[in-house]
Amino acid sequence: MNAGLLLLLLAGLGALGFLAGRARALSLVRGDARGLHSLPGYYGQTVALFAVVPAFLLLLGWLLLQPVLVERSITAMILPADIASGSSRELVMADVRRIAEGMERLVATGALNEGELAALVPQPDLLKDRLSAAGVALAAPIQPHIAEAATAWRAEMALGQGLMALSVLAVAVTGFLWSLWRVAPGFRARNVVERFIRWMLIAASSIAILTTIGIIFSLVFESWHFFQLYPARDFFLSLTWSPKFGGGSDLGIWPLLWGTLYVSFIALLVAVPVGLMAAIYLSEYATPALRAVAKPAIEVLAGIPSIVYGLFALMTVGPFLRDWFARPMGLGDSSSSVMTAGVVMGIMLIPYVSSLSDDIINAVPQSLRDGSYGLGATQSETIRQVVFPAALPGIVGAILMAASRAIGETMIVVLGAGAAARLDLNPFEAMTTVTVKIVSQLTGDTEFASPETLVAFALGLTLFVFTLGLNILALGIVRKYREQYE
Amino acid sequence: MNDMRLTERAVTQTAKITARGVQVHYGTNHALKDVDVDILDKTVTAFIGPSGCGKSTFLRCLNRMNDTVASARVTGKIEMDGQDIYDPRVDPVQLRAKVGMVFQKPNPFPKSIYDNVAYGPKIHGLARGKAELDQIVETSLKKAALWNEVKDRLSAPGTGLSGGQQQRLCIARAVATSPEVLLMDEPCSALDPIATAQVEELIDELRAQFSVVIVTHSMQQAARVSQRTAFFHLGHLVEYGETGHIFTNPTDPRTEAYITGRIG
Repeated sequence: MNAGLLLLLLAGLGALGFLAGRARALSLVRGDARGLHSLPGYYGQTVALFAVVPAFLLLLGWLLLQPVLVERSITAMILPADIASGSSRELVMADVRRIAEGMERLVATGALNEGELAALVPQPDLLKDRLSAAGVALAAPIQPHIAEAATAWRAEMALGQGLMALSVLAVAVTGFLWSLWRVAPGFRARNVVERFIRWMLIAASSIAILTTIGIIFSLVFESWHFFQLYPARDFFLSLTWSPKFGGGSDLGIWPLLWGTLYVSFIALLVAVPVGLMAAIYLSEYATPALRAVAKPAIEVLAGIPSIVYGLFALMTVGPFLRDWFARPMGLGDSSSSVMTAGVVMGIMLIPYVSSLSDDIINAVPQSLRDGSYGLGATQSETIRQVVFPAALPGIVGAILMAASRAIGETMIVVLGAGAAARLDLNPFEAMTTVTVKIVSQLTGDTEFASPETLVAFALGLTLFVFTLGLNILALGIVRKYREQYE
Repeated sequence: MNDMRLTERAVTQTAKITARGVQVHYGTNHALKDVDVDILDKTVTAFIGPSGCGKSTFLRCLNRMNDTVASARVTGKIEMDGQDIYDPRVDPVQLRAKVGMVFQKPNPFPKSIYDNVAYGPKIHGLARGKAELDQIVETSLKKAALWNEVKDRLSAPGTGLSGGQQQRLCIARAVATSPEVLLMDEPCSALDPIATAQVEELIDELRAQFSVVIVTHSMQQAARVSQRTAFFHLGHLVEYGETGHIFTNPTDPRTEAYITGRIG
């Protein structure tokens, strides 16, 4: 029995549970719902919830755990002799999985029955032919031992599926019967449902947190691998970035970090003033009719994919800056530059800053504006001295959010600033950022155990720590000022 | 209008503000209909009437705060010391420095107590130097009877004060620009009885320097603090005269119905 059918069964059991619980509650008081502690529907809900939710969680956990356990037991079957030179245990396991899947397909399409398949296992060449006929192409000839492992894999998976169906159904039926037995006029079904819902909400919010923790752990783990192969001192202190896949690379983070900060700085230099002024115009000066048109128009900018901005940087802004600024000023001859990427990224960030700040400025109470006008202040005095300071914590938050985005942006940098890691002050020089290098270190035909690829995780971790620090700073600022300005 | 008798509540007879035929429209809503009033100098004038009767609207005409409402249209003539305040040559911003306003809800700026009071003097350039500004802040806070409570924490945020203190801070803020008229739009409606008593006492003291106009929902308050009372109903000025006279011997049946609690 597969998971889809099980889910369907669970849903049916839930519906049945609702009706049964409701009916039993009503029959206990002879149809007079006033004798019950809760509305009859709540009794139905408790039965449905206890029938479905624990069983569903078990199903979910089983589906996640079973492949891991089966993999572990089959991996133990593989002998060192099965691993060809140049190959690895992981690659052999991948073959085992593919063969097992191919066998499954052969049986499912009716090309073979189980008996014929079992007969094929000692004849690897025949098996290989049948598999390739079913669309599973294998490079190397199949070792007999591997075919056995694949058979064992299939057997264990099938056993697991059967056990899963049994135990899930057992849990569902137990929950169903137990909660149905619990139904009594004095049973506080309403409170039970309330508690149940609270626990489901807690579970939902912990998924987000657990995922974050999981991501951090995987980053830390891989970074630790990297620092085993490459000294942390060099990574954090070296000023050169020149990965060589033959070995002997210099993997200093500073050129990349510098590029990231430089590009983000220029982007914010563009986005913050323009975005803020746009927000102030929209919220304080624009007529409602104009605002209704202009605000969505600015927000359209936020919907443009960043690769389109990258093209804009590559084709338009880069050559323009080169021909009109860099060359006449003698600052360089390259159309990809920090300036190009920064300016285009700044344009991309304008709607983030303006839209968020606009909402925040609008939230400043009208009474403060009235107070200021009532003292004879002009509109711009009011905005500068009263509205803006009151909105400041929110605006700082908006700017730091834009900064986090700037730091994480990749496409615009690839197309606008190039891929050369360099430590330079000249903004018309090509540079690159941490994110671009993470991509370039992980793409391409490289093995996953060299410092040159693992460095990507250390870079990612550094970036993560960096933006985390930024967010904590933002929270701190917002909290500090919020106490002062209520 | 009624005969303006001199009573035991001594008032000067010079008119500070004269309004003639004032009409206000908010979009298609005719909020104020043909109002004629003389606001006397160094007098507390109370505007009373049920909600939506136009008393706050009229108050906001006196310092042209209605200019900040896009849909509002004001016609008629309002003169202050003989100068038409709706004359195109009059800068509403300058006018509002001369006609201070205190609002219904205390609205201190998100700044320190000192900066709240110094705000008006700073934007109008009233002080020559820090020492003079300090002096203005101190005098204003003393006039608003707040100095003793806040003199040790002038740099604390104004929003951290209690409701009554906040409202007195707003009064100090309005007083700091040395206005000639002080408009108060239900200044006590968000305050508890003790804070209300403090503010009322303050209003009486301020009368020595300014002409004060107060909008209030409380007839007791109007009777306590004002020398002149105007009763508004459905956008009309129904009756205007000496406070004691309005409360004891109203001419118009609507006024009588309101003060005895039969309409409102």
